[in-house]
Amino acid sequence: MRIFFSKGTTVVMSQTKGAFAKADPLSGENAVTAHKISKSYGDVEALKNLTLEFPRGQLTSLLGPSGCGKTTLLKIIAGLLDPTSGEVKVNGKTVTGPGPDRAFVFQDFALLPWASVIRNVAFGLELRGMAKSEREAIAAKYIRDVGLAGFEKSYPHELSGGMRQRVGLARALAVDAQVLLMDEPFSAVDEQTRRKFQEDLLSLVQNENKTFIFVTHSIEEAVYVSDQIAILLPRPSRVHEIIRPGGFREKGVDNIRRDPEYLDIVDEIWASLRSYVE
Amino acid sequence: MYLKLLSAVIVFGAWEIAGRIPVSYAFPTFIESMVALAQMTFDGTLFTAYGETLRPLIIGVAISAFIGIAMGLWIGLSNWFDWLFSPIFIVMQAAPLAALIPLLVMAYGIGLTSKVFVICIMAMPVIVLNTASAVRNTPSSIKEMARSFMGSDLEILLKIIIPAASPVIFSGLRLGVSAGFIGAILAELKITPTGVGDIITFSRSIADYPSMYAAIFSIILLAVLFLNLLERLENLLFEGNNRGYVSD
Amino acid sequence: MKVYGYHLPAMSSLILWGILWEIVGRSGLTFFIPPFSEVIGTLFVIIGTPAFIKALSETAYAFFAGVFFAVSIGIPVGILMGKNRLIDELLLPWVNMFLSAPLTALVPVLMVLFGFGMKSIIITTTLFAIWIIILNARAGVRQIDRSMVEMARSFGAKPLDAFFKIYFWAALPEILGGVRIGVIRGVKGVIIGQLLISIVGFGALFELYSTNFLMKHFWAVLIVLFAMAFALSEVLAYLERRVAYYAAKR
Repeated sequence: MRIFFSKGTTVVMSQTKGAFAKADPLSGENAVTAHKISKSYGDVEALKNLTLEFPRGQLTSLLGPSGCGKTTLLKIIAGLLDPTSGEVKVNGKTVTGPGPDRAFVFQDFALLPWASVIRNVAFGLELRGMAKSEREAIAAKYIRDVGLAGFEKSYPHELSGGMRQRVGLARALAVDAQVLLMDEPFSAVDEQTRRKFQEDLLSLVQNENKTFIFVTHSIEEAVYVSDQIAILLPRPSRVHEIIRPGGFREKGVDNIRRDPEYLDIVDEIWASLRSYVE
Repeated sequence: MYLKLLSAVIVFGAWEIAGRIPVSYAFPTFIESMVALAQMTFDGTLFTAYGETLRPLIIGVAISAFIGIAMGLWIGLSNWFDWLFSPIFIVMQAAPLAALIPLLVMAYGIGLTSKVFVICIMAMPVIVLNTASAVRNTPSSIKEMARSFMGSDLEILLKIIIPAASPVIFSGLRLGVSAGFIGAILAELKITPTGVGDIITFSRSIADYPSMYAAIFSIILLAVLFLNLLERLENLLFEGNNRGYVSD
Repeated sequence: MKVYGYHLPAMSSLILWGILWEIVGRSGLTFFIPPFSEVIGTLFVIIGTPAFIKALSETAYAFFAGVFFAVSIGIPVGILMGKNRLIDELLLPWVNMFLSAPLTALVPVLMVLFGFGMKSIIITTTLFAIWIIILNARAGVRQIDRSMVEMARSFGAKPLDAFFKIYFWAALPEILGGVRIGVIRGVKGVIIGQLLISIVGFGALFELYSTNFLMKHFWAVLIVLFAMAFALSEVLAYLERRVAYYAAKR
């Protein structure tokens, strides 16, 4: 399988500056802020008074047991759900609905089964009213980038789960949004594909100046890919802790999972989540 | 394939033997019936008859499809419409609507209108209900996807809901055609004998049983072949759709 | 459907349609639609009359006899088809054919073969109901999990035991689904049969009312008929849901 996203560089973290060392002028600025968000369905409170900031150009994970409202928060940021109170700002503008500054990657891929790969990838652009030849040229480029060249004319049912999610990712990248919202994007693919995706995601964060918000229920995955981990706890839903992993990322993708700090953070998170698992 | 052929041979053979015994004075042999069928085909009576039979069927199915799909879309999209109209079609689906025929004849006479009406009330409920449930069952994740990429409501209807619903709508149409055939023949036997119904009724009255069986055989064959064709077309058109939602 | 936070029951719009019917009837727009209230009044008058009771009992007799044959022949044939490949291959094309064939065309044949009486109507009902019952029973048996059958055998179940303790229960949700659709088709079959033969049951009653232009009577009988058909299908749907709890979990 080709590498996930190859903008000239390969996935060797140590050659580039580490995730945390990205101390560019923008690092202090937050691309997305969620301020005092509450969301209730009838009597059920999915989120209560939640405030969280998402630094620009970094990957923030929302991690927590099921029912902690992490997907709800992501969909509120996407503008797919309205908060009961509170507001989300993206680049200083309040979110009132879906916008061109955000793109969503779905857990179940949400591909159109009747459309070819290229039409699926170009679908976001199609909805923006871009001409067919133009949007297909852009889509073709991103299909190549995610390593699906040659599959442009295939249909989703002819692809494996991992390949389908590559289509979903190419679709989100094609609209060139500054914020990528990913709802457990790797949970429906097999373990090996998932590891490959995680490595590729790291290089994607490195090479694209985009902000990633990533929902997951896997502690290892969150620690592996994140610049910042927000641990959400249920009943009532709240941000329990924000963890910013340190320098182990600079030691290269092959060494992360053996790093003592990585292992410590994983254990620490498990210790705080353990009591919430039924 | 051979087994299918074998099974046809067994059934037609049994028909032939039963006709030769004969089990009843009104039971012609298979060969006699096929000879009568060939005769009617070559002297053209069958074609004129089908012209007459198929006319109300085509008009009725076309009206049912047009109104039925529109109603179904509306019911599927609007809660209020669903509340208002669904019960009617649910009752229509369960009820023996054929009982309305005497009333239709009183109201609209014995002409084409009544026959078209019969076909409409038989074919419409399944088309409406299938369309509505297909619209309701559009996977919510692809609707959300379109919304997250800022699709308008109209775009979501045209580019997501209708394509996603079309396999089920199409199979509703197929079932509607099947019910329409039942209605068309019922109308010809009950209201006025025209077309194939006329051949059946007339040959029965003069005890020309081979012709009667041949006409019945031909209409069943026609309906089954046509519905099979529609099913093939359905599989061909929506091949990707059927397997597409699997996310393994 | 919710109005101002109040939840309207699913079939409640029928009341609205009843009112609309009443208005149309009272306006005298057409002779064919008498006011709903008068139809209901007539309904209570005729419901006890001998003619009505005779029609109802004749129809019920034909219907239940027809459905009885459809079920008692259909389910075993379906199970057999699901288990035996040769029988399946031989019968399946015919079952599929009759499932979609316009069976009304066969009624004249039944009339000449079995006469203008009850026998023809019963057979019509059976013909309408049986094919879907066969197909569903077959599908029910075919979807049975192999590992469940193997489990039974590994614990030493005898073939007969396996049949009654595994096959029947495992296929029951599908079988019941088939019976429900079959029964609805049977209702249509019995009415179509009576209409075409039209000297027994509701067929005769409809003939009587329509030739004498007794609109209220006609509608009253229609309402009784539709209500019974609908109630029947709802009862069966309820029974089906009772066993469906494990259908999804297999």
